[in-house]
Amino acid sequence: MLGRSAGGVLWMARYLERAENTARLLDAGFRMALTRGEGAASAEWSSVLVTMGLDPDYTKAGGAYTGTEVTNFVLRAPENDESVLAMIENARTNARMVRTALTREVWEATNESWMLLKYALARPIGPADLGGVLELIRRQAKLVRGAMEGTMLRNDIYNFARLGTHLERADNVARIIDVKYHILLPSLEYVGSQLDTVQWELVLRSVSGERAFHWLNAGAMDPRGIAEFLILDRRFPRSLAYCYRQIAGNIHWMGRDYGATPPSHQLLEAAHERLTQTTMAEISKFGLHEYIAAFLVSNRAIANAIAADYRFYA
Amino acid sequence: MQSIQQQSDKIPCFDEMIDQNGAIRPAYAAYRAWFDAQDAGWLATRHDEAEQFFRRTGITFNVYGEDAGEERLIPFDMIPRIITAAEWSRLDAGISQRVRALNLFLHDVYHGREIFAAGIVPEAMITQNAAYLPQMAGFTPPGGVYTHIVGTDLVRTGPDDFMVLEDNARTPSGVSYMLENRETMMAMFPELFTRIAVAPVSNYPRALARSLAECAPPAWDGKKRPVVAVLTPGIYNSAYFEHAFLADQMGAELVEGSDLRAQDGRVHMRTTRGWQAIDVLYRRVDDEYLDPEAFNPVSMLGVAGIMEVYKAGGITIANAPGTGIADDKAIYSYMPDIIRHYTGEEPLLANVPTWRCAEADALGYVIDNLADLVVKEVHGSGGYGMLIGPTSTAAQIAEFAVKLRNAPANYIAQPTLALSTVPICDAGALAPRHVDLRPYVLVSPQGIEITPGGLTRVALTEGSLVVNSSQGGGTKDSWVLAE
Repeated sequence: MLGRSAGGVLWMARYLERAENTARLLDAGFRMALTRGEGAASAEWSSVLVTMGLDPDYTKAGGAYTGTEVTNFVLRAPENDESVLAMIENARTNARMVRTALTREVWEATNESWMLLKYALARPIGPADLGGVLELIRRQAKLVRGAMEGTMLRNDIYNFARLGTHLERADNVARIIDVKYHILLPSLEYVGSQLDTVQWELVLRSVSGERAFHWLNAGAMDPRGIAEFLILDRRFPRSLAYCYRQIAGNIHWMGRDYGATPPSHQLLEAAHERLTQTTMAEISKFGLHEYIAAFLVSNRAIANAIAADYRFYA
Repeated sequence: MQSIQQQSDKIPCFDEMIDQNGAIRPAYAAYRAWFDAQDAGWLATRHDEAEQFFRRTGITFNVYGEDAGEERLIPFDMIPRIITAAEWSRLDAGISQRVRALNLFLHDVYHGREIFAAGIVPEAMITQNAAYLPQMAGFTPPGGVYTHIVGTDLVRTGPDDFMVLEDNARTPSGVSYMLENRETMMAMFPELFTRIAVAPVSNYPRALARSLAECAPPAWDGKKRPVVAVLTPGIYNSAYFEHAFLADQMGAELVEGSDLRAQDGRVHMRTTRGWQAIDVLYRRVDDEYLDPEAFNPVSMLGVAGIMEVYKAGGITIANAPGTGIADDKAIYSYMPDIIRHYTGEEPLLANVPTWRCAEADALGYVIDNLADLVVKEVHGSGGYGMLIGPTSTAAQIAEFAVKLRNAPANYIAQPTLALSTVPICDAGALAPRHVDLRPYVLVSPQGIEITPGGLTRVALTEGSLVVNSSQGGGTKDSWVLAE
């Protein structure tokens, strides 16, 4: 396949994943506003922007940290070129560019998602419509992933798409942890204060992990357990360890099929090994923030190495 | 796409479905019986579904100019245009003869130039033509094929009168609509195809892949199947959907200039496994942009050095560079003589009578009769830059006469044709509209293959003769009845 197509497929998957994760993040803020009122949600909206790396842009655009303004900025503002609408457009543009690498069903699911979301995001979203729009974004992203899973040949094209999904997911989850790390740090004062529980709940909710966590922990909650769940629990499909197990599987397949293990493979294997070997105690000792910051750098380096090894760019 | 001619309402025209006595013509008998038995409301619903189907599958074209970047649908009309097997067999023979002559003409123009010596075409028509590429002189493309893909535009003016309006010998577009229109019809009305035997068109992509592969260059290793790739200017090109569609259906890579490089006598594409040589490049990029070293130096769409590789036998370019000289509107007027000269046969398909304004007598006639004629730019396309006498005001005609006098060689003129009509479905009822037909022709050293039918373009506005998609035209599925 063409190097440019490999890059296009990978980025298509990345943009869809990013759009879906952004919808989850917004949903957490929305939930906060619903249960605690707009006042309490202001900090949450601000952290949504920080997580997405949008805070300086938003401040420049003169926005206030209220739900409606933040959600509209994140979802659809024309001045925000990383809005969800822009992500969906990017995903679709990439899909169009690599149309020949996709099955008809994957292309149609992507194109339909773009048409539906363009329509849904054509006007400002009020609080009454927000839930529906966020649900639509998640549903369409799942539809495309489902079409990939159900119709694509298990070849290099499929592997590049899966690499995109999990590289992006790992990046997004790590960013969420990074923005919230202070909440997850064990603190002497915490002693189950009401606010903290809500904050923790919110962290889980922003990766749709609240039910799974409660189910695994019989309702008990502690910040260290949450951090461990998000970073190391391989059963949870949005944890860093899960993402890297998937990436390792795809990279392994590529190595076998191509009969070559270029530099990205070694980088990935080392990173995967680190995740597998480490414990929560070691991460705490190293510093949660430092650990996540290093992870983000390494994740980017792996993505760049894949782009170079497989000749995405001329 | 090229333009079709206008006509005045005064001229009676041939209705392909209904004869002068109001009876259904045999070609449409079975279809019309089916149609009349359908519920009008149900048909209208199906029509809306067709539009949704096209939108979802992304069958769109991009519009240049005012709405740049916007993707539009070409309207689809669900009433098929039907051609009998006997009619088709005559068209097939006529188109085939014409395309054979075009290739012989191109070879001659770039080699011995007998045609000038024979006094059939003036040499200046060729050598002073921008579509003539001196780089091609003395070079024979692999397999001797110049026009691998041709779209021959036909119009009909009577029961037995099909005429060739244009020979599209560069990069004819629209074949994806031919294929998708049929797919849509089969999805919407499966029972129709069990009642009426229609010659299939779905084999076109495979035939195209085979035909291109048969033109592999000398550098092809002869072991594996030749590597075919489709070169597109990119996703913002108006026909990008078609480029992707054809590459996908052929199982070929869809490449852009930035994916390619010429090195060591071959053109390679950048794949995830390294550089891979391409044997046959089906390019949907104009000659001018093909090679910045040979042609337009600022082009980003082509491959630097591809012409050098081509001439050394390292790659096949389809269609060959320089074929535009054969579909030029001024050359068109010489086609009947060109056919006689190279095939020794009488042309099976007529030309539209054409006045070459470069000739003083013709110019005089054209200027005196502008109100009744259609005047076209020799190098124009898409229905732009033309004068349609019968529908123009006196002021527009006077203004055009000035342009004509200033540069007569830039124009040709043709009579206003009484184009045939086929009904469209307008709010559940049938209404006649003017149509043309573009069959698609594949040429390889193994022979000429024409897919039965082609693309019917239809002017959706009542009385209008402009079928161009850029000016409100639509398309129809085109049926050739099986014998």
